[in-house]
Amino acid sequence: MKKVLMGSHAVAEAVRRARVEVISAYPITPQTVIVEKLAEMVERGELKAKYVRVESEHSALAVVYGSSASGARVFTATSSHGLLYMYEMLWWVANSRLPVVMAVATRAIGPPWNIHTDHIDALTIRDAGWIIGFAESVQEAFDMTLQAYKVAEDRRVLLPVMVALDGFIISHTSEPVVMPEEKEVAEWLPPREPLPFRLEPGKPFAVGNLGPDSVTMELRWNSWRAAERAKSVIQEVSVEYEKRFSTGTPTGLVEKYKVDGAKYLAISTGAWSGDVKEAVDALREEGYEVGLARLRYMRPFPREELQELLSSVKAAVVLDRSVSIGHMGILGSEVKSIAGRTPVKDVIAGLGGVDVSYEDFASILKGAVEEHEAGLSSEWNVAEWHMPWVT
Amino acid sequence: MLKEFIIVSRGGQGGVTASRILASAAVLEGKWAQAIPEFGAERRGAIVRSYLRVSTEPIRRRSAVREPQGVAVFSFRILELSDVNKLAPPPIPLLINSEKGPYMPGRQLFYVDATGIALKLGLIVAGWPLVNTAMASAMARVFDIASLDSVKRAMADYFRGKTLEANVRAAEVAWESVRGVT
Repeated sequence: MKKVLMGSHAVAEAVRRARVEVISAYPITPQTVIVEKLAEMVERGELKAKYVRVESEHSALAVVYGSSASGARVFTATSSHGLLYMYEMLWWVANSRLPVVMAVATRAIGPPWNIHTDHIDALTIRDAGWIIGFAESVQEAFDMTLQAYKVAEDRRVLLPVMVALDGFIISHTSEPVVMPEEKEVAEWLPPREPLPFRLEPGKPFAVGNLGPDSVTMELRWNSWRAAERAKSVIQEVSVEYEKRFSTGTPTGLVEKYKVDGAKYLAISTGAWSGDVKEAVDALREEGYEVGLARLRYMRPFPREELQELLSSVKAAVVLDRSVSIGHMGILGSEVKSIAGRTPVKDVIAGLGGVDVSYEDFASILKGAVEEHEAGLSSEWNVAEWHMPWVT
Repeated sequence: MLKEFIIVSRGGQGGVTASRILASAAVLEGKWAQAIPEFGAERRGAIVRSYLRVSTEPIRRRSAVREPQGVAVFSFRILELSDVNKLAPPPIPLLINSEKGPYMPGRQLFYVDATGIALKLGLIVAGWPLVNTAMASAMARVFDIASLDSVKRAMADYFRGKTLEANVRAAEVAWESVRGVT
């Protein structure tokens, strides 16, 4: 079935096909459309889920946390300030190893008040123990949401998954989406396996109780190992999904675009990566040997794959829609941490939803190539801010 | 072949829905399409833009449309209030919701009385004529985006019952009555 849908509705359609049992959320632009659509589906009886209305995002995540601990398949969604308001519960969910799935329609954090996209909100939970995926298209937002359940609930993983979709650029943009039928999805994604310990009435036990310090450390180690295992599980699940449903979305942790024989590598994530691909095409036509590594997942970080790509190029350019004030772009610092001797230029752009076109990307990439060829890449230790309107 | 368009409308006129209907119509014809609303602080009456891309290949760019092949302006007043010449410098063709063909040298100009069509068919919400289906249909014709049949079929995803019937009629009338200024 192929339909033109906006990203938010595509996510809701994926949640419906996953036969989610408990939904709780609090509205915030640009996420609201997702949970509005789900409320309609529940109201019409198309989705047999308990829809719990709450007074805040903190409570929304607390509700799905408890529901997930009782064995239910759950969903929530938020953006920006809503995500920040959930912050404490985000860590409870992850450290409890519950397969919660959450969509985040990314949005700048204020002030100034801004409803447009950048990746800083999603990356504030980088260290919490969530798997973090970024969709490039409406189709991928759909696919990634469905795959999120399969990955999160896998016994080798049992970690929550966040599906980030750029606010407006994916959440409100309409594109054709190929969607498998509910029956086909049900065969691929069976109901959640029963937990060995689950919350249920009449059988009280303590959750998250005080323990020896060493237990805390061992549990963090377990989560860390689970995230390492998640790399192969994501690969396996996405390949199997594509084989069954043929939606055309790239698989694995990293999409490699024209990297064969590339001497320079662009690295990006999220919706603007399509524009980066056009820039790569334009530069290839001009004789620049450039390729793109598009991160489908930021956590687990695709360390090995990126290292391999970086080791075969002269230099790389990170197109960063985030910043860690006091250091550099968040993606840039992650890439630099594993780049070895390959010079990496970090270019911060598009914060607060500033529009960046394929022409901008082409000029950024060309500039970096020229700097490297001129022997200037030693000056790349400080991030560059792409703000052509500031002179 | 990628074609890009901009719709300039007022919040509440249905510019975003028009771009979505056209995207659906193009996809029904086996093409690829994308409709992007450019939201600021959404307010009824504010001038808003939406972008439409139609292509024979998958569409990868998601940035704002900068060099449109055509621009649709949903009310004549918008021409006076916003700098359409900056958004779409001549010779980019314009389609304007207007009873008469305005004088704008240096470019191809089309006009359709979408307001009149909406009023005649009772397509009014909260006192405003809903001009979007008439404009979508006229756009489909003058910018060669999709056939009238596809536009009508696409509207079934967005409207139901009597509203759908009236909107289908608006699309038919607009398709026939859109004119070029010579």
